[in-house]
Amino acid sequence: MEIPYNVAPRPDTGLYNAKLGIWLFLASEVMLFGALFSSLILLRSGAPSWPRGWEELNVPLATINTFVLIFSSVAVVMAWANFRLGQFSKGRIWLGVTLLCAAGFMVIKGFEYAHKFHLHHYPSTSNFFAIYFVMTGLHGLHVLGGVVVFGYFAGPGSKMYFSERQRFINRIEVAGLYWHFVDLVWIFLFPTLYLL
Amino acid sequence: MTDHSAHAAHGDEHLAAHDDHHNDPASIAKELKVYWLVFGGLAVLTGITVGLCYGFDLPVHTAIIVALIVALLKGFLVAGFFMHLLNEKKLIFSILGITVFFFAVLLWGPWHHVYSLMK
Repeated sequence: MEIPYNVAPRPDTGLYNAKLGIWLFLASEVMLFGALFSSLILLRSGAPSWPRGWEELNVPLATINTFVLIFSSVAVVMAWANFRLGQFSKGRIWLGVTLLCAAGFMVIKGFEYAHKFHLHHYPSTSNFFAIYFVMTGLHGLHVLGGVVVFGYFAGPGSKMYFSERQRFINRIEVAGLYWHFVDLVWIFLFPTLYLL
Repeated sequence: MTDHSAHAAHGDEHLAAHDDHHNDPASIAKELKVYWLVFGGLAVLTGITVGLCYGFDLPVHTAIIVALIVALLKGFLVAGFFMHLLNEKKLIFSILGITVFFFAVLLWGPWHHVYSLMK
């Protein structure tokens, strides 16, 4: 059975179904991270003392990670644009760049976590580290999710480009929207946890 | 031709026209320039936040205001250009409007708590 409106937009919404679906999913993600930001404000405002982020965390590493994630967002739109131009190889290379950036982000995060554990800083150490590990950990899981999706599209899933080109391009667009959201969350996480 | 198939055919024509424009090399080349400009903007804004909040060691309240303004600007660039929200359909804005409302409700509690502590 053919799935309707995975290429053509639905007449009533003006969108193909996957695009509407990803925006509904992102709306639920806003609430998920919103609840954690809300918790952070409550914990911080209710605490007798709260460290400045840069006293406990590594700002230079997190700044590098910010640039890595921003560049990965550019890589996704470059991949999408190249697929639309009919340049399959270039599009795939940009997907590879996205994957490299995601891997780089996780490796740097791994160094950060390892250093924290070396200093015996765990989620149970304080409310600051509890919210730090929960928020960055959940964000890291989202990055890993993106790696799985883009890995599939750059690998076995790329066959679809030759059988259903527009559907494949739409898939890249939808995965890209998810990835930009992951970038967006980091844009707010970085100053909130590291700089304030 | 039934009404439904006529409607579908019209939809396909509309889609083809949309795709021709959407996948037009000249318009994609323009998009690419915009993406790199946005990347530059995001990089500069990141440098500004880190420089002001970390390098200059601003007081907490000032740092919060500066960091929030810069993060909102960066968020606008990502959502507006990378996620193409500046040219999106009304339905998506309706979804986002509901999301913003509930997000505001979620943050109202803690802000109210902070405000009552300050009084």
